[in-house]
Amino acid sequence: MIKTLAASVRDYKKVTIATPLLVLGEVICEMSIPFVTANLIDSIKDGAAVADILPTAGILAIIALCSLAFGAAAGITCSHASCGFAKNLRHDLFYKIQTFSFANIDAFSSSSLVTRLTTDITNVQQAFMMLIRIAVRSPLVLIFAFVMAFAMGGSVAMVYLIIIPILGFGLFFIIFKVRPIFARVFHKYDALNESVEENVTGMRVVKSYVREDHEKQKFARAARDVCADFTRAEKLLAFNNPMMNICVNGAFVTIIYLGSKIIITSQGTLFDVGQLSSIFTYGFQILMSLMQLSMIFVMVTMADESSHRIVEVLNATPTIANPTQPVTDVADGSIDFDHVSFKYSKHAERQALDNIDLHIKSGETIGIIGGTGSAKSSLVNLVARLYDATEGTVRVGGVDVRNYDLDTLRHQVAMVLQKNVLFSGTIAENLRWGDASATDEEVREAARLACADEFVDGFSKGYDTWIEQGGSNVSGGQKQRLCIARALLRHPKILILDDSTSAVDTKTDAKIREGLATYLPDTTKLIIAQRISSVQEADRIIVMEGGRIADIGTHDELLKRSEIYRETFTSQNKMTAEAQAPAPDDTELEGGEAHE
Amino acid sequence: MSKATTAERAKNRKPGTFSRLIKTLFSFYPVLLPLVTLGVIVCAVINSIGATFLQRALEVISTSWQSGDWEAARPQILSLATTLGCIYAVGVLSSLFWNRAMAIVTQGSLEKLREKMFNRMQDLPIRYFDTHQRGDIMSHYTNDIDTLRQMISQSLPNLLMTIIVICTVFFIMLYYSVWMCLVIIAGVTFMTFMTKLLGSNSARFFIAQQTELGVVEGHIEEVMNGQKVVKAFCHESAAEADFDERNEKLFEVSQKANMYANILMPILMNLGNLLYVLVALAGGIFLALGVPNLSISGTALSIAVVVPFLNMTKQFCGQIGQISMQINAVVMGLAGADRIFELIDEQPEEDEGYVTLVNAERNRATGQLVETDKHTGLWAWKHPHHDGTLTYEELRGDVRMDHVDFGYTPDHEVLHDVSVFAKPGQKVAFVGATGAGKTTITNLINRFYDIADGKIRYDGININKIRKADLRRSLGVVLQDVNLFTGSVMDNIRYGNLSATDAECIAAAKLAGAHDFITRLPEGYNTMLSGNGAQLSQGQRQLISIARAAVADPPAMILDEATSSIDTRTEAIVQRGMDALMNGRTTFVIAHRLSTVRNSDVIICLEHGRIIERGNHEELIAKRGYYYQLYTGAFELE
Repeated sequence: MIKTLAASVRDYKKVTIATPLLVLGEVICEMSIPFVTANLIDSIKDGAAVADILPTAGILAIIALCSLAFGAAAGITCSHASCGFAKNLRHDLFYKIQTFSFANIDAFSSSSLVTRLTTDITNVQQAFMMLIRIAVRSPLVLIFAFVMAFAMGGSVAMVYLIIIPILGFGLFFIIFKVRPIFARVFHKYDALNESVEENVTGMRVVKSYVREDHEKQKFARAARDVCADFTRAEKLLAFNNPMMNICVNGAFVTIIYLGSKIIITSQGTLFDVGQLSSIFTYGFQILMSLMQLSMIFVMVTMADESSHRIVEVLNATPTIANPTQPVTDVADGSIDFDHVSFKYSKHAERQALDNIDLHIKSGETIGIIGGTGSAKSSLVNLVARLYDATEGTVRVGGVDVRNYDLDTLRHQVAMVLQKNVLFSGTIAENLRWGDASATDEEVREAARLACADEFVDGFSKGYDTWIEQGGSNVSGGQKQRLCIARALLRHPKILILDDSTSAVDTKTDAKIREGLATYLPDTTKLIIAQRISSVQEADRIIVMEGGRIADIGTHDELLKRSEIYRETFTSQNKMTAEAQAPAPDDTELEGGEAHE
Repeated sequence: MSKATTAERAKNRKPGTFSRLIKTLFSFYPVLLPLVTLGVIVCAVINSIGATFLQRALEVISTSWQSGDWEAARPQILSLATTLGCIYAVGVLSSLFWNRAMAIVTQGSLEKLREKMFNRMQDLPIRYFDTHQRGDIMSHYTNDIDTLRQMISQSLPNLLMTIIVICTVFFIMLYYSVWMCLVIIAGVTFMTFMTKLLGSNSARFFIAQQTELGVVEGHIEEVMNGQKVVKAFCHESAAEADFDERNEKLFEVSQKANMYANILMPILMNLGNLLYVLVALAGGIFLALGVPNLSISGTALSIAVVVPFLNMTKQFCGQIGQISMQINAVVMGLAGADRIFELIDEQPEEDEGYVTLVNAERNRATGQLVETDKHTGLWAWKHPHHDGTLTYEELRGDVRMDHVDFGYTPDHEVLHDVSVFAKPGQKVAFVGATGAGKTTITNLINRFYDIADGKIRYDGININKIRKADLRRSLGVVLQDVNLFTGSVMDNIRYGNLSATDAECIAAAKLAGAHDFITRLPEGYNTMLSGNGAQLSQGQRQLISIARAAVADPPAMILDEATSSIDTRTEAIVQRGMDALMNGRTTFVIAHRLSTVRNSDVIICLEHGRIIERGNHEELIAKRGYYYQLYTGAFELE
């Protein structure tokens, strides 16, 4: 795990290594200050003249300035190293995700990928910063302070030799006890916050059923439970401070007694007032470093889970990758399914697609109809190799899709996904996703074919209109048409529309299909739709049910022989008998208010 | 993004938050918290007076070290050490007490605040939830509470401790030597100035960092949510370039923010070291030059005075380091407290209704309604009048809207002069485009919002007179966006009626057509749902929510796009259950799929907040207007 993460340090290696070295310099300077001060005090006590004091004072000032310089430099390199590391790690993770297949994305889920890229990286960054600076500093201070105290005070410093293990053991014992409580309570705490979120989201339901009091009781129960656990953990942690007090104060009292004795009995030769003063300083520093060590321990264990989650993504293998010798040319738009079966995951019990055998000629228009869960989308996803077939072969232009260069294949197979997404940016920028080098004229042409020009021209800024994140400022039907235009700019050999005109009125829908037929006659078109009217003119219509092709044929043939097709048709077209006359005019409703 | 808002809040905080927070904490723990305060003060004083004992020990040493007579000095030193030891023991005990008590105070206060917020939130009007983003509401419970935790448990006791220590040490210093004290004050003033300078720079970049972090996180969220589109369009490298640009900007500000934070400690610490040297030097010079001392105690300046000063210098500087570490936590904590108080102060939903819903039975002799405790299946509105009389009105489900105007904001009216009459048991459908005002009408019937003009009557009673809880209990609601709660399928159905038996819940599920798929779930009705029923399809979730409404058995129902995610063939199957459910109940149906509304008694077409057509299916088809065009597919509703 460390190795994978360390790979992201890269160009910040120098500052990363420099930091502990600078910290070492800082600690050495800092630790020598009380030592030199002791001598200064001794000479003051012995009644030295100002001229004798000044050189020592000068040396001390220089040491303090050096320590300041080292410390500040370490602070700067540390911030470079840790922020740089976080930047690289974020970069590596983001780039890795870009190589993911749809199956990888499904396995992690978008929201969990977001958490890994944000919160988890922040945690790891904090831990990294701690590790290269404070975690180096504390043990160094501990060792140096003790050695200096010993060099100076001899037997008096032995007091610390007793205190260090006691305190160290005590601190780590508390942490050891507290950690499992925290681990448990943090889960409960997350659950509590999730239940609040559930409550906020479902507020209309809560209020409709007058369940406010029920919710209050439910929340109070959970909140009190969390509180009880947190209190238990914090009460254990509360032993830290008194324990520190016992040690510091105990040492202080002991040293006053022992120190006085040695000073007086040795007449200040072995140990003097200056040393007595400095040994307190060292004691204080030893305690602080122990405190910090126990804190680092907590921080690092908290970052541990985050690092695991990051490494999990970094080490994941994309389930779809380019072949070694890829085919970079798609001959034509023919599609063949040879006994194809497909499961979304190895462990799934049910086959999403079951033994599909289907052959589509280049330039054909194919409609696909079926209820929810009949695997219409799964079928077309295999064509652009968004997923790989579990069994059998999918061929495009006569070549197995697994042999193509992925970019080549996906450039020739344009998909308008069921879950349409537009990105923040202008309309033109969004459409140019299809072809970055498209001229304004080409962009307009694509929009016209998708019947998007009519409303885009109505916007005051036209194609420069800004689309909000997720396309939230255009209506569902407008979004669908923009997405179709985006795909058309690809000039693909195969065009797949996955339920892409559901929010577009039937007349416009027909116009779009007419445009496609006229301007892209050689392109193979696969059209998934809920509405029979969207597919009834197709060359052939596939009726899907439960992952199988229930029937395939023209509209008239299917009406005669397919029960499902006929039922769907009649459930949608009861009015044909009642309403023969054509619609008088063509108004379109656009969403205005946000309240529905 | 919520982090950024907390950071912004830190900049323009309201005055008085600090004192209100302290008052609130004391009101939660009126006995324990004063004791904690006392404990902290005792601890702080005890920890500061060690220096005076050191001074006395040193005096003993300086009188007897040249003779080397330990036996003479021993009793004095021993008594000093034991006295100090006893005082320290008291200090440790009080430290033990206040630290443990503080654990209770911190967690208990957070829990009480959480509960206060949540309880207030339950009583807020729907308007609050419509006008605040979910993430923003949530951050009260996560970010804001977390910043408060840090502040209550660490910053507040530390600040108090620091103030007491500084005061005590300051007094001790004056006690021994005013000159030495002045040296330290000069040094500390300079350190405080540095802290302020670096601290404010750090805070500036810290806020900038939060903003950039918001930008990067927003971009990450957008790309991750559209990752499949990115793949399908081979747009990976463009997305990467966009990302790198933002990532680089974040790096620049966060590096600066961290830098200022990182160098603050070494600078303060070493300024402390310099001060330490300066104090030693000053002491030496004063001693060597024989400067006359000025002090409260009147003691002369001696080595026994200078050495404790060195230790006090360390203590003083250490405390300033403490404050500098807590300052960010305090600023953020107060910003969090500010937001928490704001939520607690929100105006709850008002309810001036006095007509209540009660179980009733019919007196066999007179035929009049009488109130009863039993569940009779017969409900009545209990209506107290001005003259002190009580009348009972049978609950039938007759809903009338008379010339209703309404706007979500006063300057923008979304419903104009809407009148709707639903007789008991009728099915009334609303048809219209997004924004036409369909859902708004249902929001008014159950009083999620109050109308601006006109009247709404339920069984002849103005709904403003009916207690909101009772009004809503008489209306079942099934919404397009289904919200399920963490718990079993059975719990979720029972949400409609908490006293329903398992058998009643199952019967309701059967009625809704949900029984079949529920029994096929791994553990049937006991299958645990979480994450808003993430493991179910949208259609299945809608069926559960229909069952939930069915078990509530309300006389009137609102179905807002309740079957929109069920495909047309399945809907035809569910339709029987729906029809059974609607049978005998006044039902308001909103659907953009016309097959759902065809068999309604009344279909009302809305456009831009006005009723443009009304009638049943046959009448509207014959009219050849708006509904006819929709029906023949001339345009589609969005």
